[in-house]
Amino acid sequence: MGFITGIFKTSLGRKYLMAITGAGLFGFVVMHMLGNLLVFAGPSAINEYAAKLQALGPLLWVARIGLLGMVGLHIWSAIKLTSENREARTVEYEAAVEPVDAHRRDDIVAKFAARTMIFSGLIIAAFAFYHLAHYTWKVPQINGAGADFESFYVTADFTTPLEGGEEGKDHADVFKMIITGFKVPAVSVFYVVAVGLLCVHLSHGLSAMFQSLGFKNKNIGLWMDRFAVGAAVLIFLGYISIPVSVLVGFIK
Amino acid sequence: MDKLMNLKLKVWRQDNAEDLGRFEEYEAHDISPDMSFLEMLDVVNEGLIESGKEPIAFDSDCREGICGTCSMVINGTAHGGQKGTTACQLHMRHFSDGMTITIEPWRATAFPVHRDLVVDRTAFDRIQQKGGFISVRTGSVPDANAIPVPKDDSDLAMDAAQCIGCGACVAACKNASAMLFVAAKISHLSLVPQGQPERERRALAMVKQMDDEGFGNCTVTGSCEAVCPKEISLDFIARMNREYGRALIKKGTI
Repeated sequence: MGFITGIFKTSLGRKYLMAITGAGLFGFVVMHMLGNLLVFAGPSAINEYAAKLQALGPLLWVARIGLLGMVGLHIWSAIKLTSENREARTVEYEAAVEPVDAHRRDDIVAKFAARTMIFSGLIIAAFAFYHLAHYTWKVPQINGAGADFESFYVTADFTTPLEGGEEGKDHADVFKMIITGFKVPAVSVFYVVAVGLLCVHLSHGLSAMFQSLGFKNKNIGLWMDRFAVGAAVLIFLGYISIPVSVLVGFIK
Repeated sequence: MDKLMNLKLKVWRQDNAEDLGRFEEYEAHDISPDMSFLEMLDVVNEGLIESGKEPIAFDSDCREGICGTCSMVINGTAHGGQKGTTACQLHMRHFSDGMTITIEPWRATAFPVHRDLVVDRTAFDRIQQKGGFISVRTGSVPDANAIPVPKDDSDLAMDAAQCIGCGACVAACKNASAMLFVAAKISHLSLVPQGQPERERRALAMVKQMDDEGFGNCTVTGSCEAVCPKEISLDFIARMNREYGRALIKKGTI
């Protein structure tokens, strides 16, 4: 058994994969949120930021392929590990957990976030696919706004709308896409639900990641748990602030 | 003497490994709160034998909490859920008169049920045989302090060495993962000088055997640590993760 098989074919190796790809995806989630929050700085800020990202060219594709690879590995190992877990216990216990020391119940029963990682994860993945179709591939049929995001462009000042812009040539009006997109309540609700699940997923995943990589212990562990919950909540608030602001008309 | 108790038991009965098994209900009369849980079962079994029925099969040996033989899930909780306590050391005073107690065997694919509450835990033995030992000259006892061991390391090694291999970690884990057990065994020997020569080989081989036995994977829920009668810390799983990574890099192959 070599190093590579040791990573891909063993329980601990797959947990490393989960943790490392999870850490990478967390990094993306943070950067994406910070980028999105530029919407509060007005149309020119976020449109210019989007234009700069687009201008990265080949580097952008390296990042995209890297992300896709991480998503693939994360989901692959999750499905593999979960199916092994299911096979490891085929007969469930009849009785609910009722320890003689009733106060110890919460320590013994796995937390909701830990029990539902595969479900929160897969729903987030489904949302991410929709989100790409919504804003990246700009499929008009699914945005529910009756608008074609493909026609939203701005002039070189990043603010003035431009009629008949061209993909790759003119700058996309990301600001208008966000406002138009989140004005649709159903879209915003799906977004908030998905980000809520991401928050639940991260509240467990971010601290389990340290354990899987062997960094956790009783001295620092409490802070890792706090970091996980704190970061998850901040990410939740950061992301939902955008659709909420659009719906209440704070940004328009 | 405290008031005697009457209890209802709902017990898993299974004639052999092939039998589908079912729950059966029994009544336990005049149970003293000072009895251990296993003594209560002994009383019930006496009654069953007297009435010509098969007694409930369960594992027990030392009955003082150190051998790791007793293994039952009491009201959904491995060993009953008293902190740091095996089922044999759990006393009936923790239960109240008239209550129904559900008793089930460890549930894990890697621990098939032999009969009633008795499961086959030789999967743990096979993992141990892959590396839970040190290859040294046996015979006369070495001189005391011939091999210096830092106190912190020996304390930590002893914490891991407390594992009695009862399997409660597997029973409690939602994934039936044996990682707390394997982590304790790998950590215990990796911390002391005597364990160094086989350190990498041990980590690789024991983890591989654990996987081959069909145990699940760790989701870091902490259930194992909470039910462990020897209170083995989840920190040892992190240590095992480090040991395994280190072994993969240093050795890569068994």
